[in-house]
Amino acid sequence: MISFKKNNTPKIVKPGPNLEAEARDWTKCPGCRALLYNKHLSENYQICPKCNHHFRLNSREWLRLLSDEGSFCPLFEEFEAEDILEFTDNETYVERIKKACKKTNANEAIQTGTCTIEGHKIAIGVMNFHFIGGSMGVVVGEKIVRLTTLATEQKLPLLILSASGGARMQEGMFSLLQMARTAGAIGRFQKENGLYLSLLTHPTTGGVSASYAFLGDVIIAEPQALIGFAGARVIEQTTRQKLPPRFQTAEFLVEHGQIDKIVERKVMKKVIARILSFYQEGWSSHGVKKNE
Amino acid sequence: MESKKMSNLLSFEKPVAQIQRRIEDLEKESQEKNIDLSVSIEQLRTELKLELQQIFSQLSRWEKVMVARHPERPKLIDYIKVLIPDYLYFCGDRLFRDDPAIFGAMGHINDNQLIMVIGHYKGKNTRDNIQCNFGMANPEGYRKALRLMRLAEKFRAPIVTLIDTPGAYPGIEAEEHGQSEAIAMNLREMFQLKVPILSIVTGEGGSGGALGIGVGDKIMMMEHAIYSVISPEGCASILWRDASKASEVAEKLKLTAQDIMKFKLIDEIINEPVGGAHRNHREATDSVKKCILQWLNQSEKISWNQDLLDQRYEKYIRLASFDHVKNLMKDIRSSEENL
Ligand SMILES: [Zn+2]
Repeated sequence: MISFKKNNTPKIVKPGPNLEAEARDWTKCPGCRALLYNKHLSENYQICPKCNHHFRLNSREWLRLLSDEGSFCPLFEEFEAEDILEFTDNETYVERIKKACKKTNANEAIQTGTCTIEGHKIAIGVMNFHFIGGSMGVVVGEKIVRLTTLATEQKLPLLILSASGGARMQEGMFSLLQMARTAGAIGRFQKENGLYLSLLTHPTTGGVSASYAFLGDVIIAEPQALIGFAGARVIEQTTRQKLPPRFQTAEFLVEHGQIDKIVERKVMKKVIARILSFYQEGWSSHGVKKNE
Repeated sequence: MESKKMSNLLSFEKPVAQIQRRIEDLEKESQEKNIDLSVSIEQLRTELKLELQQIFSQLSRWEKVMVARHPERPKLIDYIKVLIPDYLYFCGDRLFRDDPAIFGAMGHINDNQLIMVIGHYKGKNTRDNIQCNFGMANPEGYRKALRLMRLAEKFRAPIVTLIDTPGAYPGIEAEEHGQSEAIAMNLREMFQLKVPILSIVTGEGGSGGALGIGVGDKIMMMEHAIYSVISPEGCASILWRDASKASEVAEKLKLTAQDIMKFKLIDEIINEPVGGAHRNHREATDSVKKCILQWLNQSEKISWNQDLLDQRYEKYIRLASFDHVKNLMKDIRSSEENL
């Protein structure tokens, strides 16, 4: 797991004593320091209209953006993390989970279920970076394995949106093994000709990028997203080399042939729907129903 | 017991240095003066063995990390020479380059049993170390490993992977060439190989770079090996921005063979010679060979077709699953209540 500077979370401007109510309506852009009216920001998919800075979306916001209204059916919500290692750093892992649940109003770093995208039914998993850095422990792995199994059984296309610093170190080897479990499940799904779309958002690194995130039949990334295996700081320290410009950005990865394309947030749903309809078209013209 | 000159004594091994020196002195004396001192030498050797047993039975987790990384610990090539003496090695990923951090060879473990051994190679001296990048593979290394595994499948040769790496190489080119994709692909494709796979952590099992050749029907660890989601140094610098807290963090990560066996995440622990594998390569490699032969025997019982793949898959569906953790927690709680 890699740590990140929190420069991407929207910063609420410190309110003056009598401006409190108004300040809540404004957000300072970390990209260009412009003051943005929250209403305009949300109309613009949480992207700064001045400098194109992408504010992070949580899993609920992504689901709202991608799925047809009211179509999301949550699944596997019953799984909650266990502190099997009895891990404590500055706080206990139990405490850390509790705080994350409260902060995100979710019980883990991924939401899974089914939904439709412009009418195409799919199995969907959306990670939430705000939950302990979107790290993958047993529950994240379990939900992905179950979601993938469901997609295999019901012959649904699978979409997983990643936003993660990697494996969750507080669960030790249990976390590491989720890389193998998720990759194995996705392998089975793909062997049955299941279509897996992997959507990489800022950031997707470590154990998540080196397992299910990079196994997509089609891999799509958000502009400027940080994507890679090792942390930039570690690479710099190990190699004593200066990192090339835009190293490990989505743009860098497209250039190096590692991902299919970069898609802007405002057309993301459209692009995914198109891929899904191509897929369905290909199969239905041969008399096989893949999704509807 | 082989009495080997130790040039790299770990701090907790210091108490045995004195006994070792006395043995060497007596041996020298007996040779020079041509007198029989075998009784006193034997006595000292027993003393040495007891002292080592004592020390190595109560190593802290951080001390285990030190042993697992010991520069004189047997390396991949030492194992290959003993396991498959008639070995033939293969090179390259057919895409970019041959990565010396991954080495793979095929040969006979006994008269009629062909196997493929693939592992990380850390190197045996400084020049070696640098050449094979201290066992830190690039994407081409993982791709080479997968290519050799597929070759093994074609030869109907069971695969043994020997894990010993600090991790996958964190480099600029590694990222450009798709380190993530290469590891992910191995994890996925190792589920599809229709020959039995045994994975043994012989030294350092460093996160994704270790697991990248570590999906198997059986997973074993050497007695003083470690296997971890992140290096203690890496974990310490994330949590406290202070890599020097690594020894403290090693305790938290529960990364020893004994911890991981207790968690039921591996199938077997392979015993090491008294005082660790670095003190007696022959005994260590023989003990690995014995375990592989036993495993090969068991592997005959299942047909090498879809059944094998289904069994492997089922293993990983259970392994480190939510139910696995729940059951472990229940066991721990009930054993605490019984105390
Ligand atoms: Zn801006």
